[in-house]
Amino acid sequence: MAKSYSQIWRVIATHATLLAYSAFALFPVLLIILNSFKDRLTIFSSPFALPDAETFTLDGYQTLSSTAHFELFFLNSFLVTASSLALIVVVSSMAAFALAEYKFSLNFLTGLYLAIGIMVPIRLGTVGILRMMVSLHLVNTLWSLILIYTAQGIPLAVFVLTAFMRQLPRDLKDAARIDGASEYRIYWLTLPLVRPAIGSVLAISMLPIWNDLWFPLILAPGESTKTLVLGAQAFLGEFVNDYNAVLAALTLAILPPVLLYFVFSRQLIRGITAGAVK
Amino acid sequence: MRKRRFVRVHILVFLAPALLIYTAFMIYPLFDSLWLSVNNKSATASQIFVGIQNYQTLFSQEQWSKPFWNALRNNAVFFVIHMLVQNPVGLLFAALLGTRIRGNSIYRSIIFTPTILSVVIVGFVWKLILNPAWGISRSVLATFGLSVLDHPWLGLESSALVTLSLISVWQNIGIPMMLFLAALIRIPEELVEAARVDGAGVWKIFWKIQFPLILPTVGIVAVLTFVGNFNAFELIYATQGALAGPNFASDILGTFFFRTFFGYQLQPADPFMGSAVAGIMLLIILTGVLIYLFGWQRRLQQIQF
Repeated sequence: MAKSYSQIWRVIATHATLLAYSAFALFPVLLIILNSFKDRLTIFSSPFALPDAETFTLDGYQTLSSTAHFELFFLNSFLVTASSLALIVVVSSMAAFALAEYKFSLNFLTGLYLAIGIMVPIRLGTVGILRMMVSLHLVNTLWSLILIYTAQGIPLAVFVLTAFMRQLPRDLKDAARIDGASEYRIYWLTLPLVRPAIGSVLAISMLPIWNDLWFPLILAPGESTKTLVLGAQAFLGEFVNDYNAVLAALTLAILPPVLLYFVFSRQLIRGITAGAVK
Repeated sequence: MRKRRFVRVHILVFLAPALLIYTAFMIYPLFDSLWLSVNNKSATASQIFVGIQNYQTLFSQEQWSKPFWNALRNNAVFFVIHMLVQNPVGLLFAALLGTRIRGNSIYRSIIFTPTILSVVIVGFVWKLILNPAWGISRSVLATFGLSVLDHPWLGLESSALVTLSLISVWQNIGIPMMLFLAALIRIPEELVEAARVDGAGVWKIFWKIQFPLILPTVGIVAVLTFVGNFNAFELIYATQGALAGPNFASDILGTFFFRTFFGYQLQPADPFMGSAVAGIMLLIILTGVLIYLFGWQRRLQQIQF
């Protein structure tokens, strides 16, 4: 009896701890979103109140749409993220197929060579990257970002996909070979079988690309190539004192990753653990 | 013979795109940076080999060495705070969620939410909350009777770095939590159950059974924290600007590197010194990774076998 009593207390304490921290994790985000819909006076006088008919306003969003090209920034972020992810998946799955499927003398070394990129941040080569992009005339183009993010995403993607492809049964592929399928065809046939792994790769590669500030700031700071994060950063710096506008910009910047997270959370969790544990 | 050759071409075709992009846009620029770090401008040529002179300048000339050591020291503090706060608290949450308490997946998602946001947003959100002009932190602290803690935390030289470290902890705590949780869940239920039948308490089960079994993950979390922290930049830049104020109190290697190679306000861009700073950062990160690979993982393997 005494034992179950202490068990109940333990459960209550666990819930209390997790609830308290959950509130702490969500509070800042909710506060921003909530206040972005209130008029300036109410933001200051009662920051914790919900917006009502009297205090509700879209002033901030109006300032936003009239001064910054957020649709363009959003489109840029989308193009960069989607193109990089597509490239990462295509080239990494090909490389992973080769590493998982064939025995060749440089197999281990190739894996090791790619592993450097998992541990060394690509950022440390920024001086070289900037120099190269200048000479290729790719500064202030979305291509500069796409190429860098693809290079950055390849090592971990190859790593996760190779581990998955090694687990595929041999019989299937050998049967296809006997039927006369080419190696390219076999690669194409294995892709649907590693769909969960591709999902994980997409999920873990997506947010670092979408959220990056460093490379957009250095390689593509021009008005027409700004990503959403860089655009938000510039806008926030400029409109520091216009709380309506700042809160609206923050809310708009918060929404896309949160939506992506809700869609991809299962793959994301699997990807994080698969990428780091193996 | 012919067939074998055929297969090799396939392998090349499969590997080439990934290896080419990776080599051209990651490995080559890294080596190019290292090469630039042993070069400098001269009176006659735009680039001339100078050996380790840039590194000597960085360590010995006061205009370079003072901000460099300041950034390195601050970065070490930044890292230590993550190790002392983020990882133990992340482990605590993982252990609590690992008890399969009702609603654990909801708690997990909520605690992970800040991690998915851009550092720029997180930095600015906290900047607003801590800004005395809005007064959010003041009223929240007052509700809990903690008005003594009401300070402009980001504006004081003494507290800016610690505050920023804690904001970063707030954002990233979801990562160690997820990794620890995944490791805890993999421990066979029978092991824990057997200990429980033998009368071991929760505390004892955790430290004697679960914790030793997740030691590999402890190492991974530590090295990920190390690499992440020693190349951090965004949070400081977003909240304090590239000058990492007040008076460089929150300057870390990432912001120092940025100002050096990109230039900022009165400071001209210097790709050669910037590369040297990157070279030092690379050395620091490699040292951490090697200590992990050969110190931690080796030792764990010895224990296991």
